[in-house]
Amino acid sequence: MTAERISAKFEACRSEGRAAFVAYLMAGDPDLDTSFECLKALAASGADIIELGAPFTDPMADGPAIQRAAQRSLAAGGSLSSTLDVAARFRLEDKVTPLIVMGYANPIFSMGLTNFAERAAAAGVDGVITVDLPPEEDASLREALAAHGLAVIRLATPTTTEARMKRVSDGAAGFVYYVSVAGVTGAAVGAEEDIREGVERARRLSGLPVAVGFGVRTGEQAARFACLADGVVVGSALVEEVRAAVEDGAPKSAVKRITVVAQSLSNAISSARIVRSMT
Amino acid sequence: MSRANAWSQWPDANGRFGEFGGRYVAETLMPLVLELEQEYARAKEDPAFQAEFDDLLTHYVGRPSPMYFAERLTEHFGGARIYFKRDELNHTGAHKINNCIGQVLLARRMGKTRIIAETGAGQHGVATATICARFGLPCVVFMGETDVERQKPNVFRMRLLGAEIVPVSSGTGTLKDAMNEALRDWVTNVSTTFYVIGTAAGPHPYPMLVRDFQSVIGREAREQILAAEGRLPDALVACIGGGSNAIGLFHPFLEDEGVRMIGVEAGGHGVNTGQHAASLTGGRPGVLHGNRTYLLQDQNGQIIDAHSISAGLDYPGIGPEHAFLHETGRAEYRTCTDTEALEAFQLCARLEGILPALEPAHALARVGEIARELGPDGLIVMNMCGRGDKDVFSIAAHLGVNI
Repeated sequence: MTAERISAKFEACRSEGRAAFVAYLMAGDPDLDTSFECLKALAASGADIIELGAPFTDPMADGPAIQRAAQRSLAAGGSLSSTLDVAARFRLEDKVTPLIVMGYANPIFSMGLTNFAERAAAAGVDGVITVDLPPEEDASLREALAAHGLAVIRLATPTTTEARMKRVSDGAAGFVYYVSVAGVTGAAVGAEEDIREGVERARRLSGLPVAVGFGVRTGEQAARFACLADGVVVGSALVEEVRAAVEDGAPKSAVKRITVVAQSLSNAISSARIVRSMT
Repeated sequence: MSRANAWSQWPDANGRFGEFGGRYVAETLMPLVLELEQEYARAKEDPAFQAEFDDLLTHYVGRPSPMYFAERLTEHFGGARIYFKRDELNHTGAHKINNCIGQVLLARRMGKTRIIAETGAGQHGVATATICARFGLPCVVFMGETDVERQKPNVFRMRLLGAEIVPVSSGTGTLKDAMNEALRDWVTNVSTTFYVIGTAAGPHPYPMLVRDFQSVIGREAREQILAAEGRLPDALVACIGGGSNAIGLFHPFLEDEGVRMIGVEAGGHGVNTGQHAASLTGGRPGVLHGNRTYLLQDQNGQIIDAHSISAGLDYPGIGPEHAFLHETGRAEYRTCTDTEALEAFQLCARLEGILPALEPAHALARVGEIARELGPDGLIVMNMCGRGDKDVFSIAAHLGVNI
């Protein structure tokens, strides 16, 4: 059984009648210790699942917010290795929140697939999202991770047709990350009807929970998506709080800023379906 | 056309040249990349497509480009006979236009209404803007800020041709950053937009189709050198950034085992200084921009910025087929420093009356030693893949001349 912590969390959210709040942060942004404190703050503020970004020099699927986060992390000595270190520290204190490492293929290949899988498993990571490894290219990573019970989380997008979704579903585990719009992270959100259709197709063909992300910034957007999907991913909006803290000359204040934003998003997501059923 | 050979089976069905190549792109792009592969397969079988491509190469580009015996350089080096394949005489001044025509014709077949491209030296940008003007297609060119600065004449040319230039400030503001930004645009505008990649790299089928469109260089060269010398050359020499001019020259000769193939990478300040763009000589395999290939990267798998005096070679990767030819030993790869390229540029200007672009000046810098290695009975074809007019201002700056 792979990714038990992920399935358990989605199951728990479903039984509570709400979508999961999936929160993204870049590891090592603005520095390792602060990002560790930010992770704890996320979990304490209602994040159900955490995606931990691993920095890469050439994040071609990311918009400016996450590009800058990666640059801040790299400038502070961040790497895939230190990302796994932060994950391990978090896991020592939190045994229930699923941790997904999200990044690009090259640092993983550079570390070596076996080595990466061993270290990720030891760090208590539950799944991995690799933006530039489509199903055609992820077999060796899936094999290495499966040996340790870790899932490769697949992505589906507005360009994913019915036939393509079957390909994406074959080998998918944990959940499906539905990219709300053809674009980079932090872009504008797509049309609600298209997202509903895409999410339903992904859920039907994969048999897995579906989380929607890319472009969700406000509580209002998060609430709308919470009515369509099993999870809502917020990244750029949180990462921008780290940027604001750094630009204020008070990087440690990122923890407090993230707490405020995460609580508000969590409330919006938790109450979304109740609010909608009342209106 | 080249005959079937052991090398022409590559890439395989997964877009791999041995372990290199592949399709490492975001899921949003996968359906398009697969559609492009199918459309290209159909176009290859369509005589009308080939006829239109050939017609534009003849009447618009001015092909075939001449095969020129560089008599005075041959005398100067005192070794093998040196020929230049003169792709710098093409319309727009470089080999890049061969590929742009092929890709824009594909874009039209696929019903795409907007063209994007990345550019380093600006030659690919100019060629793309040119073809877009010819076909009335809007064209957006992504170019690193550093390159916008050092290639001002080409930036102006692209604007004259009606293209929109987007300066890219992320990273070091060079070719790889322009490619990142082009990929971000493509993923955002995937339904309307065709990405014209300028070199034989990127996700499958790009390395294959760019190679095929550029192979006109090698097919002509093969016929021309047989006509001029009655035999095949001993060595082909070409500069390598991403490697499109080199693979275009090499590919039709791959089955000719007696023909050595020598690619020249940009050695920048010297490969031992760490400031260079020699991904085969100074890098190791990894994944970037859609393909598995040799990359300049640190121990953590982060990409290292390349350095070269030549904006067109200033890229931390290389086309996957070159990675494969390197590993199999079918081709050899050497390097040339910034200084050596500048010297070769000046030598060629004085002895042959040809201003080479800084890119082929790298190839020329190795031609002398290769000519001496082969001796007077030897025969070399070097691809003069671009002309140096665009580089005049930056060369003046390097030589400390105020113009």
